[in-house]
Amino acid sequence: MKKLTAVLMASAIAMTAAHAQGGTVTVVTSFSKDVTDPFKAAFEAANPGYALEVQNKNTNAGVQYLTETKANNQTDLFWASAPDAFHTLKANQLLASFVPSVEGLPEKVGSYDVNDPDGFFFGFAASGYGIMWNERYIKANELAAPAEWSDLKHPQYYDHVVMAAPSRSGTTHLTVETILQGEGWDAGWGTLKSVGGNFQQVMDRSFGVPDAVNSGQAGIGIVIDFFAFSAQASGFPVGFSYPSVTTVVPANIAIVANAPNHDGAEVFVNFLLSEPGQEVLLEPTIRRLPINPATYAKAPEGFPNPYEDARFQAMINFNGDLSSARSAVVDVLFDQLITFQLDNLKAATRAVHAAEAALVGKDNAEAGALIAEAHALIAAMPFDHEQAVSPEITDAFTGGENKTSRQSELEQAWATFAAENYAAAKAKAEAALALLS
Amino acid sequence: MTNLAIGRLRRFSATPGQMAVVLLIAAFLLAFLLVPAATVIYVAFTEKGTSNLTLVNFLDFFRNDLFVRSFWNSVYVSSLSVVWATLFALPLAVITTRFQFRGAMLIQTLGFLPLIMPPFVGAVAMQLLFGRNGSVNLLLDQHLGFKLPFMDGLNGVVFVQSLHYFPFILINVSNSLRQIDSAMEEAAQNLGSSGFRLFRRIIFPLAMPGYLAGASLVFVKVFDDLATPLLLNVKDMLAPQAYLRVTSIGLADPMGYVISTILIAVSIFAMWASVAVMRGREYSTVQRGGGGLARRKMKRGEAILAYGAVTLVLLLVLSPHIGLLLLSFATIWSFSPLPDGYTMANYGRVIGESSIYIKNTLIYASLAGLIDVVLGGAIAYLVLRTKIIGRAWLDWAAMSALAIPGVVLGIGYLRTYYGVTLPDGTPLATLSIMLVLALSVRRLPYALRACYAAMQQISVSLEEAAENLGANKRRTVRRIVLPLMMGGILAGFVTSFSTAAVELSATLMLIQSNSEAPIAYGLYMFMQSPAGRGPGAALGVIAVILVAVCTFASHYVIERSQKAMGARK
Repeated sequence: MKKLTAVLMASAIAMTAAHAQGGTVTVVTSFSKDVTDPFKAAFEAANPGYALEVQNKNTNAGVQYLTETKANNQTDLFWASAPDAFHTLKANQLLASFVPSVEGLPEKVGSYDVNDPDGFFFGFAASGYGIMWNERYIKANELAAPAEWSDLKHPQYYDHVVMAAPSRSGTTHLTVETILQGEGWDAGWGTLKSVGGNFQQVMDRSFGVPDAVNSGQAGIGIVIDFFAFSAQASGFPVGFSYPSVTTVVPANIAIVANAPNHDGAEVFVNFLLSEPGQEVLLEPTIRRLPINPATYAKAPEGFPNPYEDARFQAMINFNGDLSSARSAVVDVLFDQLITFQLDNLKAATRAVHAAEAALVGKDNAEAGALIAEAHALIAAMPFDHEQAVSPEITDAFTGGENKTSRQSELEQAWATFAAENYAAAKAKAEAALALLS
Repeated sequence: MTNLAIGRLRRFSATPGQMAVVLLIAAFLLAFLLVPAATVIYVAFTEKGTSNLTLVNFLDFFRNDLFVRSFWNSVYVSSLSVVWATLFALPLAVITTRFQFRGAMLIQTLGFLPLIMPPFVGAVAMQLLFGRNGSVNLLLDQHLGFKLPFMDGLNGVVFVQSLHYFPFILINVSNSLRQIDSAMEEAAQNLGSSGFRLFRRIIFPLAMPGYLAGASLVFVKVFDDLATPLLLNVKDMLAPQAYLRVTSIGLADPMGYVISTILIAVSIFAMWASVAVMRGREYSTVQRGGGGLARRKMKRGEAILAYGAVTLVLLLVLSPHIGLLLLSFATIWSFSPLPDGYTMANYGRVIGESSIYIKNTLIYASLAGLIDVVLGGAIAYLVLRTKIIGRAWLDWAAMSALAIPGVVLGIGYLRTYYGVTLPDGTPLATLSIMLVLALSVRRLPYALRACYAAMQQISVSLEEAAENLGANKRRTVRRIVLPLMMGGILAGFVTSFSTAAVELSATLMLIQSNSEAPIAYGLYMFMQSPAGRGPGAALGVIAVILVAVCTFASHYVIERSQKAMGARK
């Protein structure tokens, strides 16, 4: 007991002294305690004299917080996954530029630039998107483990798949954008809506998806890789695969403009990119892909390495400018065509699945044509990829000068378009089924 | 002529003390509710991209199918939830207050627990038990080959909401029942009434103020609640739509605030309607302090029935907490009726850090509860006992807090107070007292309703008698009104306190450091990762126990003070 008291006293004195030297570094982050605690411990051990103060907010709230508090900023660092958030902060001049002293870092991971070209934010870990499933669930429901996005269109997965809404999760937004860029606007939306027809639910936060799969409420989830890796490391019966059309993007850190402890912020960024900092990413509760290639030498067996694994080299070239130009349009389209129309979309999908099952082994051209029409109706889009970035539409979202209608009017028009098409598709599929039975 | 003028003057005049109280409350509400909320909500009345004032956004609301559908869904869910919550609450309230019933106090406390469902973990626990692959459905499927959609769609929301919010009715009706003088019951019995007729004609009507206070709270709360619909992934309801728009499309989009404004309007309308129902009726009784209704001894058959009913209801309403408890001891719980194994490790992980969260939660929530009963009591008194101008506005302004999303209030606080700094440069908004104020504003409606109902049951003639005997207003309030309202005040405090203890949305915006964080924030931090689920549940259990102990203590105080009053008589 005495010894314990002595240790406590010593650490208390050490802590007081610590504050006197390097001071407190305040970071606003979307990362969970399981990620921040090991980093806090490692950083404070490696840099005596500094203390890391973590403020946990989700990405959106973090951006809003920095925006609202910029006049009297008390935050040193912003630390999160979604690159979009950093683009927004940079555009609003809320970040400070910096040149890290760590050497030997790559310029690209997959086909994505690791760092901001102007030095406002830095990738410290890479994340890829993929498909996660609950082993017990798919065994009980006699499902095959999916490997590709297109596998998820298969009727066997009806009502088993979950995904977060891209408007609610920056990482999911990138997954959607990856599919759209990889397959093209029309084909990509076709895939998304076919998969959407098999959705059980659309979640309103990123972590809702791995949570549902971990607990077995849903069988299959579309997630960012570390959610699956850390769930496996915690003992959950889940599997994961990277589909071939995917991308790895960096998770980032940035120094906030007018940081009260700018020097301390630089020390933390350098620590995060250095080898001791990168090794923390391999902790079982974190399991993110380090940005520093040297760190993979210490990774556990079977840990994916984006610098050597061929799958990652083949990944699509992600166009960040295109992504940010149409980000609001893509989010709202997804919500209006899929999230808020899920019941209608599922009803149409179910009817098509039933007609297709009845068609197997039969030769009925009329029914086949009806089913093809139903597919086309479900896949139809209210406008093409050029209109998606046209000022008439984007200005309705920002309130710019070229708008021809308000956002709510566009939403209503798109929702009506989707609801009518899904109802028509359902009618065609039912007509086909009637012909076949 | 002069008489008329004097009469009119008197009607609008008030004592300087009352004026001061009105001004103080108005200033408080203005500074910590209306101004911060207005800094955000005014967007609803502007054209996007410009600052031109317009009402076109409201037109858009009614032209948008999704919003209109959401509106009617919310009305449907709220109304049905009131019905079910009544069915859960009335038996518990009647059995524990009208009969000699062992463990009445324990039941009052346990029946209260659903209100303190900690964010996120409560949701996970509910899904693990009642979800489509939860324990109940897995067992049903295994043995009987079918599943029940407890948690699907709008009816799922009704199911969870009525379990969650029925304590509002339980608390307020129990308190009303305790205040009814046994003489009323005896008079009815002497006239030959008994059994259900006695309850329907005499007891329930006398408890009406409490029932309406509770039922209107349930309606408004369900109407404005976003946590449960989001947990069940029901998005086409009004409150989730407001939340989703404000947090995903951004602060510049007017529609989120249009929906918030409509939420506020409907809430105030529901409150007004519940008051209008009561208008012109007298619910107060002159005789007070008899310790409430006489508690009947139950016959053997009745006792079995009563214990059976109570056990059934409690088992149902406490199932989320049972799930939470299991989860906190579980190793892995995935697609199986029960966890794979049990461990103490989750508690081991949180025990070190939880003391600071517990301390902060106790401080914040009790301060917030205290502020709420002071304000709530004062507003109830002003509305019911004075004719001072603007008293109804105070009531409505305070109630509108129910409908303002926590995140809007949080952002409003940052906007209003971040620029204001202390001499050493610390922004005002970063002080933890601001969080206390935000919590108290958000929970004020609960305390206000409870105080209001308590006040309605006190006959004004008691105060007039005191004044005739020479007591001044202040002395009357202190010696007559306050003691008689004590039960209602404590009920209000407990509700505000316990719900403030698990509030998250405003907390997330305002909290500045881990050392100042309450338990809900700790929960949030854990519940973002797979490995954090068990520790999060453990922290949730600690939160529930903490609030339950405080609730039990205040029930104990209520019971004792009433016994003491009865003895004195």
